[in-house]
Amino acid sequence: METKTAIRLSHVTKTFGPVVANNDVSLEIRHGEILSLLGENGSGKTTLMNMLSGIYYPDSGTIYVNDEEVTISSPKDAFDCGIGMIHQHFKLVDVFSAAENVILGIDEKCSSKEAEERITDICRKYGFDIDPKQKVYEMSVSQKQTLEIIKVLYRGANILILDEPTAVLTPQETDKLFDIIKNMRDDGKSVIIITHKLHEVLRISDRVSILRRGEYVGTVETKDATALSLTEMMVGKKVELNIDRPEPVDPKLRLEIRNLTVKNSEGFNVLDNVNFDIYSGEILGIAGISGCGQKELLESIAGLQMTAPGSSVMYTAPDADEPVQLLGKNPRQIKNMGISLSFVPEDRLGMGLVGSMGMTDNMMLKSYNEGRSFFTEKKAPKELAERIMQELEVITPGVNTPVRRLSGGNVQKVLVGREIAAGPKVLMTAYAVRGLDINTSYTIYRLLNEQKKAGVAVVYVGEDLDVLMELCDKILVLCGGKLNGIVDAKTSTKEEVGLLMTHLRTEQEEK
Amino acid sequence: MDMLVTLIQAAVAFGTVIMFGCVGEILTEKSGSLNLGVPGIMYIGGIASLAGTFLYERSTENPSTFVCLVLALVCGIVGSMLAGLLFGFLTITLRANQNVCGLALTIFGTGIGNFFGGSLNKLAGGVGQISVPTTSAAFRARIPFLADLGVFGDIFFQYGWMVFAVIVIAILLHFFLNRTNTGLNLRAVGENPATADAAGINVTKYQYLSVCIGAAITGLGGVYYVMDYIKGTWANDGSIEKLGWLALALVIFTTWKPLNSIWGAYVFGVLYWAYYYIPGLTRSSQELFKMLPYVVTIVVLVFISVRNKKENLGPAHLGRSYFREER
Repeated sequence: METKTAIRLSHVTKTFGPVVANNDVSLEIRHGEILSLLGENGSGKTTLMNMLSGIYYPDSGTIYVNDEEVTISSPKDAFDCGIGMIHQHFKLVDVFSAAENVILGIDEKCSSKEAEERITDICRKYGFDIDPKQKVYEMSVSQKQTLEIIKVLYRGANILILDEPTAVLTPQETDKLFDIIKNMRDDGKSVIIITHKLHEVLRISDRVSILRRGEYVGTVETKDATALSLTEMMVGKKVELNIDRPEPVDPKLRLEIRNLTVKNSEGFNVLDNVNFDIYSGEILGIAGISGCGQKELLESIAGLQMTAPGSSVMYTAPDADEPVQLLGKNPRQIKNMGISLSFVPEDRLGMGLVGSMGMTDNMMLKSYNEGRSFFTEKKAPKELAERIMQELEVITPGVNTPVRRLSGGNVQKVLVGREIAAGPKVLMTAYAVRGLDINTSYTIYRLLNEQKKAGVAVVYVGEDLDVLMELCDKILVLCGGKLNGIVDAKTSTKEEVGLLMTHLRTEQEEK
Repeated sequence: MDMLVTLIQAAVAFGTVIMFGCVGEILTEKSGSLNLGVPGIMYIGGIASLAGTFLYERSTENPSTFVCLVLALVCGIVGSMLAGLLFGFLTITLRANQNVCGLALTIFGTGIGNFFGGSLNKLAGGVGQISVPTTSAAFRARIPFLADLGVFGDIFFQYGWMVFAVIVIAILLHFFLNRTNTGLNLRAVGENPATADAAGINVTKYQYLSVCIGAAITGLGGVYYVMDYIKGTWANDGSIEKLGWLALALVIFTTWKPLNSIWGAYVFGVLYWAYYYIPGLTRSSQELFKMLPYVVTIVVLVFISVRNKKENLGPAHLGRSYFREER
């Protein structure tokens, strides 16, 4: 038992089409330890763990459990190996009680009373606080998570994988969860935590393994690691990209964001008292781990998001002296005030374009109420569609082909082309190059730079730090919904931004 | 007093038809399949059992009561299960839209029923000539002694055996859904198939079985209607269809609980026949009273939605197909 490893991954590779999610990863987890799996978004942490839980099957490489080679091809195989995964999105039936959810799908005959007793036993052993009779829809997020853990333990798992368990928890709930995880470790179970929060890694884990762009970087003992050393391993060396960055011309204050706070449906602050300014002729980058409030930030400005009282977004038009308030108005009202905001949302075919309509009809979405006759006016949108198709080299059989059938890069060109054609004063883009190939990405960068030169205030929410460092003038870093710093992209380093993304500065550090 | 007794008898007979439909549909819907083909399945169940027994009774001099009974049930169940299987294949395997398939099944079943109903009438020698006296008698046999207990017997026992069978089926279904592991798994499939799948439940198998068995129970409603309610004949007047839709309304009325269907069906029966027993109604004001079951269903829906209790709502995944790779 002492020398054996709980799980050993040997040269595991997993690809999705042309994308390599994990490349030749070798990793081991010991008995009775807490291992953190650290990496940026898209570094392949979840994919790797999904191969242990039976959701994906590796292309090559072997998995050993207790030093024995195993094949895990379904969630059931994983249970048989004693591996249980707690997914970020809970898999629970809302109208069932806690006990019913736990025994779901287990073949062995057992009365609900026995099940409830076993659940109470597990709760007592690890310090859970769950009423087996309570219905799931009455539970808080943290209780649901606890229930998922009980579900896994009930099935006799010795190795638990938690995918970003603290993403949805309050600090107090996180403390409680960490106590539970430590109890499980002391009981001899192995726990793997997928996370990108550095302070949590340092607090809870025994060892840290780091992945970067699908590759295994290394494993360090937590006691030898610091936030800085881990960040370095996580973000890696700077990559030369050679993206143009023209000097900002005559920057003027365009948007003034003050005390911006957004609450989600659970009353949790997704954005917490954010203050910053957006200038014309500049590209402002927004960096942050996904789900740190980027979406809410852009949507608040675009008039799509309810904000808490006290928030303010003041817009100063190029020719006006008096700023006007944007909050509390919907996109239509903002447009009618003569303010031209363009928004390239993250969800291209959901919020941006209608997938089953052609380019022409999608152009009309912005101008449908301009025509004066009873019938739709197709001429102008059709010309616009054809112009975009030519100028941006959109590859499509015709302007009437449903945009859903185009490739991701072409869809994005259509969307960005339409937004730019409106002649915006402020252009907001969310993950504009996500999933695009290099050439299309550079086309998008070029378009953004053209807008910048034309005096548009450009906001670029991105996930690739290298691109942010090369393209933007300033980078605003969000961490857990809080503004964690604004840096000058020309003078700061990637490590600096990386650290700001993962490690919330305390009051003292700021001074 | 006599009028009250006849009203109750009419309501119970009527309620039995829709209770079969309702209980079958509850089982179907618990797996997340919304089968709007209830009227069609009732037609198919009814005509299948009528055709089977008619041909048998015509071919022998002295038809055996036992064979008639078994033949009526087997034909009705097999016919309606095939209809359910068709619906299952379209919606579960091919993932076609459930609403469209259900409505198509209703039209299809109505057509089949009336086509073969007409053919059988022709075989029998003319419209309304079809009859299966032995089978019908077997279905309408009263329990001796109990049926003769005066008013008490008239209210509770003046019925054929299927009236009691459906109550037993409803109670068994309640027990199955709420007390057994298989029932729990089935409800999980209807609530959240992705979760059920991750827990190692064979979602497709559960869906197929519940759709087919549900259709069989629904089809028995058609068998009861043909053999007992209209006494072993065939009527091309579309009244089965009306009953089928009422059965679907009853599912909502009962908030997907089989035990509620036992009294709910009889309440619908009373409401349906009330116009007949309220004195002084003209032809046009009768029509207003015929709306009662539907009005009550709407009132119940409003009441449920105001109370907003999750247990009273239908299965969360009702009406949508499940595809594992979808996110």
